[in-house]
Amino acid sequence: MTIPNVQIGPLDLVTVLPYLSLAIMFGIVLAVVPLLTWFERVVLGLFHDRPGPNRVGPRGILQPIADGIKLFFKEDILPTSVDRRIYYLAPVLALMPPLASCAVIPITELRIRMADGTIRTLPMVAADVNIGVLWVFGLAALQVYGIVLGGWSSNNKYSLLGGLRSSAQSISYELAMSLTIVTAVLMAGSLSLVEIVQAQSGGIFSWNILRWFPLGLIAAIVYGISMVAETNRAPFDLPEAESELVAGFQTEYSSMKFAVFFMSEYASMVVVSAMATVLWLGGWQAPAPGLTIIPGVVWFFGKIALIIFTYVWVRATLPRFRYDALMRFGWKRLFPVALAVLMLGAVVDAYYTSPTAKSAIPAKPERPKPNMMGAEGAG
Amino acid sequence: MGSAIIFWILATIAVVTAAMTVLNRNPVRGALMLVAHMLTLAVMYLTLSAQFVAAVQVIVYAGAIMVLVLFTIMLLNLGVTGGGIRSRGAGFVLAVIGALTLTLAMVGGSVWRHGLAPMKATAESLERGGTAQAIGYALYDPELPWLFPFEVISLLLLSAIVGALVLTRRRSE
Repeated sequence: MTIPNVQIGPLDLVTVLPYLSLAIMFGIVLAVVPLLTWFERVVLGLFHDRPGPNRVGPRGILQPIADGIKLFFKEDILPTSVDRRIYYLAPVLALMPPLASCAVIPITELRIRMADGTIRTLPMVAADVNIGVLWVFGLAALQVYGIVLGGWSSNNKYSLLGGLRSSAQSISYELAMSLTIVTAVLMAGSLSLVEIVQAQSGGIFSWNILRWFPLGLIAAIVYGISMVAETNRAPFDLPEAESELVAGFQTEYSSMKFAVFFMSEYASMVVVSAMATVLWLGGWQAPAPGLTIIPGVVWFFGKIALIIFTYVWVRATLPRFRYDALMRFGWKRLFPVALAVLMLGAVVDAYYTSPTAKSAIPAKPERPKPNMMGAEGAG
Repeated sequence: MGSAIIFWILATIAVVTAAMTVLNRNPVRGALMLVAHMLTLAVMYLTLSAQFVAAVQVIVYAGAIMVLVLFTIMLLNLGVTGGGIRSRGAGFVLAVIGALTLTLAMVGGSVWRHGLAPMKATAESLERGGTAQAIGYALYDPELPWLFPFEVISLLLLSAIVGALVLTRRRSE
């Protein structure tokens, strides 16, 4: 592969790269939603042994466009006695977190020839912040508001029940999910998503999923289950269980507001899959050193596509949980397992980074004078 | 100067949302205002380059605690409460006096101590940064005085968890 120069026309690649990464991530997450709905129908058709979409365009590929036009021109119904402001705000609150998460997810790394001829390797990410993992945590925690408020403001008992279920479910599964993410952080020794990926370089056996075997594998499986529950997808789609709650929290939503909820579900699917790729499957890293000829972008999005296929596979295969079984599974199975993996991982990590072993802990910074008063603000 | 402008914008939003939290008659809207207030505080922490605290603020307060509060409000199905602020004679006067005294004490105290300047990051805090790493070293360094209080707090939290379990346990089991 040729290494691009830092100066492309009037543009400085180092300056442009963050914006470019954000645009790519945004574009992919938003543009992939219609494609995903088609993909899901086709794969579901395969699993159900039926044709799937086959009317609009070749293999039904234009079906999402038809759906989009239909949703766009549908009458926008505002039910009586809804809490109007919150009713309008809820879909926006649901779509915002997955889009904002894109900012810290690294797509790949690029080798760039600088002006003085040296070659630098730069991560392709909008913001390589040192709290990347926490940023994603925080946004995932905020995501439940969209669903809860949508359910509450609709003034419909089924919507409210859907919203309540959703909040209980997210809180329960967030615990297990966070604990497994902490395990991944422990493996890499950093909260920056770029550094977590960089720590997994060198083939499939360096990926977190196979590290500290079998701890990494168990943690990845727990993450995978909680990720499906967090995005309210089958078999954890209790908030919108049509056999019990009509359509759950989105019963009273029509037209584009419904479409925004729909988009948010698929966008968060893409984002949690991207997080799974970064945390467990080595992000842009190739599975074997010989395969680095294929660019990292292909690996990154290939892995995401694989996880999304698994999503649809699970949906087609497993029946929906009963609600009490769902809560019991989250609290009494996943949570203890995630906690045990984290504790064992901490022991392993302490062993590897003990003073006798080659230390992965960075040298302690110069100890500052303890400042009991906090930040002094006199200007 | 830019940071001062941002501070005053954030401060205005924080004060307004905090006031709306108590003044709103609708409990769900009140809770939402509290969420907005907490998010504003998180942004303020960011402007002080305390990234870790900002993230924790969002995760713990805006994310976990407020979702639980909202959950409870919805579960109890609290409707719009009666009056909002209504004059109730002596009680109302006392409340206003109390609120004014508290505000004056806090504002006056900080103005007397720091002058009328917005809080900002010092050179030292900027250099060390509010990263998870810096906070980790500060908390767990045995040479600093924070390790013992930290462990005491974790013990306190543990006893709170056990207490919650004991209180909610069914008698029949």
